[in-house]
Amino acid sequence: MFKILQKTFSVGTATVDYPSIAPRLAEQFRGCPEFDFAAWSDARPAANACPTGAIAVCDRDGVRQVTVDYGRCIFCGECAEASLDGAVRMTQRFELAATDRRDLVLFAEYTLHPDGSHAELQSATSGPGAEIPGKRIAAAIHNLLGRSLSIRQVDAGSCNGCEQEIVALNNPVHDIERFGIHFVASPRHADMLLVTGPVTRNMELALRKTWAATPDPKVVVAVGACGISGGIFGTNYASLGGVDAAIPVDVYIPGCPPRPEALLHGILLALGQVRQRMSSHPRG
Amino acid sequence: MKTFSKELRERFPKQVLTVEESVSGQVTVLLNSSDATVITRHFLTERQARLVTVFAEDRVKAEGVFYNYYVFDQLGDPSWVILKAPISQDHPSFPSLAAELPSVNWQEREIQDWFGLEAAGHPNPRRVALHDNWPDVHPLRKDFPLDTVLPAFEGERHVYRPTLGEGVFQIPVGPVHAGIIEPGHFNFAVAGEPILYLQLRMFYTHKGTEKLFENLPIPRAVFLAESISGDSAFSHGAAFCQAIERAAEIEVPQRAQFMRAILLELERIANHIGDAGAIANDVGFVIANAHAGRVRELVLGLNETLTGSRVLRGMVAIGGVRRDWQRDQIEAIEKTLAVVEREFRDLTAILQSSNSTRERLERTGILRPEKAAMLGVVGVAGRASGVDLDVRRDHPYEAYRHLPFRVPVYQAGDVRHRLQVRIDEVGESLQIIRAAVAQLPEGSHRAPQQPIPPGRCALSAVEGWRGEIVHWVRTGEDNRLERCKVKDPSINNWPAIVETMEGNIVADFPVINKSFNLSYSGTDR
Ligand code: SF4
Ligand code: SF4
Repeated sequence: MFKILQKTFSVGTATVDYPSIAPRLAEQFRGCPEFDFAAWSDARPAANACPTGAIAVCDRDGVRQVTVDYGRCIFCGECAEASLDGAVRMTQRFELAATDRRDLVLFAEYTLHPDGSHAELQSATSGPGAEIPGKRIAAAIHNLLGRSLSIRQVDAGSCNGCEQEIVALNNPVHDIERFGIHFVASPRHADMLLVTGPVTRNMELALRKTWAATPDPKVVVAVGACGISGGIFGTNYASLGGVDAAIPVDVYIPGCPPRPEALLHGILLALGQVRQRMSSHPRG
Repeated sequence: MKTFSKELRERFPKQVLTVEESVSGQVTVLLNSSDATVITRHFLTERQARLVTVFAEDRVKAEGVFYNYYVFDQLGDPSWVILKAPISQDHPSFPSLAAELPSVNWQEREIQDWFGLEAAGHPNPRRVALHDNWPDVHPLRKDFPLDTVLPAFEGERHVYRPTLGEGVFQIPVGPVHAGIIEPGHFNFAVAGEPILYLQLRMFYTHKGTEKLFENLPIPRAVFLAESISGDSAFSHGAAFCQAIERAAEIEVPQRAQFMRAILLELERIANHIGDAGAIANDVGFVIANAHAGRVRELVLGLNETLTGSRVLRGMVAIGGVRRDWQRDQIEAIEKTLAVVEREFRDLTAILQSSNSTRERLERTGILRPEKAAMLGVVGVAGRASGVDLDVRRDHPYEAYRHLPFRVPVYQAGDVRHRLQVRIDEVGESLQIIRAAVAQLPEGSHRAPQQPIPPGRCALSAVEGWRGEIVHWVRTGEDNRLERCKVKDPSINNWPAIVETMEGNIVADFPVINKSFNLSYSGTDR
């Protein structure tokens, strides 16, 4: 036992200070891609290379509509590699969680040259819609502390990659308990369902039952590209796609898998929603 | 190869049509009927071979038949032997081997579900992958489109074996579990505390992966391979790329082979450390788990430095790896591993210092060597129960033929020895990585990209951290795949968990299950 105590002391605090302080990222870490729509000379190579269909082009009457969906993105970097004009760049951004699915989607519209490359940018949305910096969330939770939050995790069909990072939230480095957030064993004790996907046909019923067993008010967080949209699996005979194909979702956390800080960012964002709902519909 | 072919044809003149070696080290034996029983028996008894996997392919449109493939691994022989048995569409049935060979129980039923080919004489021919509420569809047939919309789901109909006898109760657990783990259903029959038997139901996370492989261009399919089983993203990705490389005869540059070996070992180290912590946690040793979590983070940080991803995604590519390493990245390997090694040594010391932990782990969840061999158990769980297999040694790939290591094998087969295999393997992996870094050749990290020729078949196997991963591909037109079969080690090992239950109590189940730590997604695909 002495050895154990010695170990505990010699290690000291291992915990990172996210979100008050930005996390230490490896210089090589790949976050989401960034698009310079005005400089983009052709979206097709990126769309062709994108493994999940996160980048889609639709040409009609000499006009191209380009959609970029961060809810499908697996941060692989293929689009940046394929776009030789440098208009697509990988960034280190990961604080992408959003409360509105539409905030994860960008649009751009181009007129076209005869060879199919872009002539002129007609319109575009900028940046992932509602990017909320971790620091702001940290400030928000400061006022909200006082009661703990209970999370029930549900794997509705994932590859288990997202679960790996969710498990990491509980290690001493990410230590989610410092926010009074606990993972619980039963939906009956949960305020929040943290759901990974894609929702499979074989899990749909179990997911609906778990949701029904969670007392109101409750918040549902969809984790990862698969939880948001079905990710690389999309929808098929065995997959319904994202979590919101089965139950209502309040917060979406992009990534494949989202790194622990990205999960924390999304969970803290959802926490704000829990508080709001608690004050308007207190549990009896 | 010549003598093998001659011997086999002389011995089985009525069954064997041709013997070919179109990919080096992979011998395909074409049979003249769907009946592989006699030759399988010959391989298992006289050639001391092991049946690695059984799977099917729909070649009706191209050749007018279905095929079943039986992959064998022969003791002491690095070549694989693949029996290829045609099944006519008018008589969509093949003789089941499950009664004498329990290891193919689920795999034959997958073939029934996915291809509509009957495993005739199967002792338990119920559905396995498509749950009972599915309509009568066979998704891996070519005339079944990937995006078929099936009628809405209507409740469950699965009937578990009824409990027999007075005082025997059923305890159903799952598919949604208490912890952060994947979904599956466990049905325990108990008499008081002791478990009488356990019934498993899997395939909750079946998401059409093998079908999806047939619908993606090959370069994109690499990312799907990374999503077969998230804790083995790199191993499955590498197994897939290697299958394509063998099919298309792409030479992977030496440097890339060493880089892959380093990353495969980092995946093993990260998972083994995580498991060591989780096993300790399940017997109440929370501090050990916290320590393991910290050490694991060091490895994940190194992964990020080397690949841009904590879990090694987006790195492996057809022909090599996507990005080369700079000097400082390679130096980070040495530096990080020095700390990991020290910290891991402390962790094992902590684990071994606790008598109460040792007591809980010793003689818990025993898998006897005879049982393990009979069930075809592989990987960590196999090696803890006397099954001396390791793809890295038995069928060397990537840089492993240049990297010396020891394969730990124990006979006790309890939780403690499944933990011990992991502890030993972390040590071996550290040595492998050091040797690989020391020998890391200069040169290119990726072969030039080229279109993949159609109509080529190849098998590939990788020793993932959990055990033997096998991919088999047939390439198609337009840089696509006709078929990709995925065999995760978990599919071999689930039945073993059932065997370990006897004499244990339900409270021991979590730690027994954790000591196997099988992949549900890898099983269900
Ligand atoms: S980084 Fe995202 S958008 Fe770009 S190719 Fe990969 S999945 Fe597609
Ligand atoms: S988002 Fe990525 S890591 Fe998460 S379940 Fe999907 S494929 Fe796996």
